[in-house]
Amino acid sequence: MIKVSNISKNFIGIKAIDGVSFEIDQGSIIGLIGPNGAGKTTLFNIVAGHLSPSSGAVYLDGEDITFLKPHELFRKGLLRTFQIAHEFSSLTVLENLMVVPGDQFGEQLVHTWFNCAKVRKADELVRKQAKEVINFLELNQMENELAGNLSGGQKKLLELGRTMMANPKIVFLDEIGAGVSRRLLKIIAGSILRLNQQFGYTFCLIEHDMDFIARLCDMVIVMAEGRILTQGKPNEVINNEDVIEAYLGTGRKYKKVS
Amino acid sequence: MEIANAFALLTNFVIIPSITYGAQLSLSALGVTIVFGILRFANFSHGELMSFGAMVTILITSLFQTKGINIFPIPTALLALPIGIIATIAIALLADQLIFRFYRKNRSKPIIFTMASLGLMFFMAGLIRIIIGPNEYSFADGARFLISFRDFKAITGWDQGIAIKQTQLITLVVTLIVVINLLWFIYKTRWGKAMRAYSDNEDLALLSGINPERVVLLAWIIAGALACVAGTLYSLDKIYKPFIFTQITLPVFAATIIGGIGQPIGAVLGGFVVAFSEVAVTYSFKKFLTYLAPTNWEPQGLVQLISTDYKYAVSYIILIVVLLLRPTGIIPGKTT
Repeated sequence: MIKVSNISKNFIGIKAIDGVSFEIDQGSIIGLIGPNGAGKTTLFNIVAGHLSPSSGAVYLDGEDITFLKPHELFRKGLLRTFQIAHEFSSLTVLENLMVVPGDQFGEQLVHTWFNCAKVRKADELVRKQAKEVINFLELNQMENELAGNLSGGQKKLLELGRTMMANPKIVFLDEIGAGVSRRLLKIIAGSILRLNQQFGYTFCLIEHDMDFIARLCDMVIVMAEGRILTQGKPNEVINNEDVIEAYLGTGRKYKKVS
Repeated sequence: MEIANAFALLTNFVIIPSITYGAQLSLSALGVTIVFGILRFANFSHGELMSFGAMVTILITSLFQTKGINIFPIPTALLALPIGIIATIAIALLADQLIFRFYRKNRSKPIIFTMASLGLMFFMAGLIRIIIGPNEYSFADGARFLISFRDFKAITGWDQGIAIKQTQLITLVVTLIVVINLLWFIYKTRWGKAMRAYSDNEDLALLSGINPERVVLLAWIIAGALACVAGTLYSLDKIYKPFIFTQITLPVFAATIIGGIGQPIGAVLGGFVVAFSEVAVTYSFKKFLTYLAPTNWEPQGLVQLISTDYKYAVSYIILIVVLLLRPTGIIPGKTT
């Protein structure tokens, strides 16, 4: 469904990504792991339209989406979340979610004033959907709270909720579990699994928590220094010598040998 | 009796003028604050945008007057106002397409936008002087007073009267309608939500499928319409003088910042704060105190804090005080 083909990205003097290619199948959950500075987030930024690659291309269902803007990708069903949770801090949780769905009836300015009843009806539908999402994420008590007042973990849940409002084809989650308590992490993991199994969402997630990866992912891609080191099933990858070396440095390998 | 006279005096010379002036400031401060919220720069050309709107309204008004179209006793200008609004929106959008879009594409710093708007301000001031000249225009036809000074005194028998000009009432009614509609739009509708979301977090707004160009377009439409209404009301109430709009930019910006920049409700509050301070500080309280003070205690001087010549300085003073005591403004706003 997503095909990343030979992507490279040079920042001045640094090769952040160096010829990365992979594919993501529909309905799968892919984990993207690697040490800090491996280029994971840069890769996300390129796929999600925030950065343009120096070379290479990204395809969604065979269509070239390399240079599309984020809001255009949104319409095609490709969404992402941020490593540091983004939220509309001066809007309530409910409003945060209600902003999301595209092509709402109220978007025609004329209707806003001259077709109130219909706009209100459409608005009610969105509100209902938003409330369902809030229920799903167990954020009920926070519904009318300003999003800026949420805890870090709750903001991450809200990010996930935002993607749910848009009925996406594929969601890129950037460290959704980072800095989140065990309890919330469970809710997040459960939500991701349910969304994947019940609604057929495809996920690609960056994570450092190996338990989280092992529990969720069908396949893991390991990146290091801008390249793909290896890819495969979670338990194979986790025990791979090269991966351990990339993560923990060479010391451990020597220790093992001796 | 004495108290009634003092009350009438204060109402007539301080309260009514500052409410009217405050309403006019609020409307233009709303425009500045919305452009700031969405495009993230201080739009110095807003004053000239007001002037442009008022100018078009005046030209259309005089056209109507020569054709004999009027809606007596309401000023003809209200009939011409929609055309003025459309013209102002058009020039705002044109300016955006020709100037600001370029910098937006380049993701320039806010200061560059601000300087560009300063240039636009001078350009528009020149354009307006070419079209209508530097002279004053008074175009408030229709009934002049709702309650005149003399009638009021005759009815109540007080020494002091309260006069309410028709333009003052029109200012209030129009402001009320515009502000209520605008706040409803911003806080209740889908587009308002999109605008607040965009103003709050641009990156996330893009990811939520909000089309930035449409939000920007909408911001200019609202700002243009507000500028035209504010400019027309201001010159209808006082007099149209092209030069005055360069000066009025100051109290407008003071109102915007005092209210908390980027906050619509704050801009409205800020407008009234500035107006009340400006009028009250430059008003001579001698007569007022004479009514209230016991015999022989009447003040000798004017009891005026500063001369009316310095009325624009008041905006600066409030601005400095607010920035020192509550840097975020009345309602915590945003910074660039």
